[in-house]
Amino acid sequence: MSEKYNMPDERGHFGPYGGIFVAETLMPPIQELNAAYQHYLTDPEFIAELDTDLKYYVGRPSPLYHAERWSRELGGAQIYLKREDLNHTGSHKINNTIGQALLAKRMGKTRIIAETGAGQHGVATATIAARLGLECVVYMGAVDVARQSLNVYRMKLLGATVVAVESGSKTLKDALNEALRDWVTNVDNTFYIIGTVAGPHPYPAMVRDFQAIIGREAKEQCLEATGRLPDALVACVGGGSNAIGLFYPFIEDASVKMYGVEAAGDGVETGRHSAPLCAGRPGVLHGNRTYLMADDDGEIIETHSISAGLDYPGVGPEHAWLKDTGRATYVNITDTEALEGFYALTRMEGIIPALESSHAMAYTMKLAPTMRKDEIIIINLSGRGDKDMQTMAKREGIEL
Amino acid sequence: MSRLAAKFEALAKAGRKALIPFVTAGDPRPDFTVPLMHEMVKAGVDVIELGVPFSDPMADGPVIQRASERALAHKMSLRRTLDIALEFRKTDQDTPVVIMGYLNPIEAMGYEDFANAAQRADIDGVLTVDLPPEEGVECSALLKARGIDPIFLLAPNSTDERVKKMDAAGSGYIYYVSLKGVTGAGHLNIADVESKVHQIKQNTQLPIAVGFGVKDAETAKSIAKIGDGVVIGSALINKIEANLDDPDLAKKEIIDLLTSIRQALDS
Repeated sequence: MSEKYNMPDERGHFGPYGGIFVAETLMPPIQELNAAYQHYLTDPEFIAELDTDLKYYVGRPSPLYHAERWSRELGGAQIYLKREDLNHTGSHKINNTIGQALLAKRMGKTRIIAETGAGQHGVATATIAARLGLECVVYMGAVDVARQSLNVYRMKLLGATVVAVESGSKTLKDALNEALRDWVTNVDNTFYIIGTVAGPHPYPAMVRDFQAIIGREAKEQCLEATGRLPDALVACVGGGSNAIGLFYPFIEDASVKMYGVEAAGDGVETGRHSAPLCAGRPGVLHGNRTYLMADDDGEIIETHSISAGLDYPGVGPEHAWLKDTGRATYVNITDTEALEGFYALTRMEGIIPALESSHAMAYTMKLAPTMRKDEIIIINLSGRGDKDMQTMAKREGIEL
Repeated sequence: MSRLAAKFEALAKAGRKALIPFVTAGDPRPDFTVPLMHEMVKAGVDVIELGVPFSDPMADGPVIQRASERALAHKMSLRRTLDIALEFRKTDQDTPVVIMGYLNPIEAMGYEDFANAAQRADIDGVLTVDLPPEEGVECSALLKARGIDPIFLLAPNSTDERVKKMDAAGSGYIYYVSLKGVTGAGHLNIADVESKVHQIKQNTQLPIAVGFGVKDAETAKSIAKIGDGVVIGSALINKIEANLDDPDLAKKEIIDLLTSIRQALDS
């Protein structure tokens, strides 16, 4: 018997997690956003426009691909890839940016801001802003600007202003701080498109709802292809939007195991990682209570990961709740293991995954052999590896 | 009566406005803050807001962010901020001290341990930027039970409903954020502040201290006419930043600025 799952509560709480922890100036725009979101969530016209965009602009549904050769090689479960890498702009991020941008348009906002780590969310935001004719400013840590220069160029081509953030650790968390500072200064005309299932309520629920199309399609496609539900889901977790998008429609299906894969960087035991669920503690950052990487004094500590998109000290509050309740299991994969996953998928299936998604591939390489051949794993292949070519070439000592 | 309530009552009786400096604890060095606090009192300040350094100060502009970074480089923390307040209190039993910061250091300490530690340090008020009253019920109750005022923010876009909520949840004073933006921003509009503070006063008897964007004696004077007090932070911290190699000069420039503001407020 599956239990009915109905999270969050009306103030955005997932048990002790989530909520609204912001400075007072942000309360009115957050209340305005929440009211608009609750209204359009069930508005047939809004949903029809979103569905049309997802079909003709993004290219949905994305395929569920049976990686037969890789499954055979690993000698265990049958592995299926949910091909979010085939979406327009190359990752799952666009599912959410289209939803939020359509909301922004209906709310009469003329200016869009976003934070980005790997640049995937920034590109997806700049893309939809270009299409809707909205001004777009993307905040990106200076360290990430350097290691994801291809995506910086893409955003600029699309007409966005990219602001390199020089404060703090100069990565994703600092980009988020700076975007919040922009929002508080320009609340009247500005819509903040958060790229992950974090931030103050309603963002964690709203981003989840826009990303849940991943899991809804995957469930239908799996039933169609195999006649049954999968046995396990695997997805990488930074903030956790691609993972919650896949997991959410399966939460009440108790037989389906869920594995969220955090970035262990140099290894969790070294302290140089980005795995708050595996090795952090609850606290409050960026508008919500969740697991964080912080020291004994509550100061946020710097994170490390080969993948800019997972380099974040927090995680969506719903993942914190799924961890505590035991509904989902959170594991971690080091940089070195992620690279093995990257090469394995590239050479076994001719698909080059993003370094973020490579963490999910690497965990699957451990999980699949422990399962029977008639069991099924669905991995969220959340993004493609094009953006990581420079990073990979540099590691291999090749000048592009 | 709390030290804050008594202070604002005495000021009101005397027809004076509160001058409230904000400095980050431990900036630029841990040993700088206590002597500075005493000198500020001599220069005529009424309440001291002591900033707790935080790694991710989302509501602050670059000046206070850098102050946090300098203090954190010396391992400053919430615990050590309370030590500074206690040290100050040993020789000043009159001046109210409010600590202002973000929630995560308090979460890390635990609400009850924090409330006890704040009481031991004889803190008068706690302003937690990212803790609105809805989420702050538990923490506020623990503070109030120990005679410590929970202080909340109001903003230019706050509705009457929010004002009533702060009036019910807070005590000591209300901190009115005078502009949409971060601390130290440069677009303060006196007429807007006046009409908003007037509107806020319809729904609360609590004193209103106005801050964010107050840079000099002239602005401070115009602002003070409207509210019950004026908070000045980034302009003071600028003096520290401009004189990192000469802390005594930084202190002198801070005291000079506060003295000029005090004179402007009282004239």
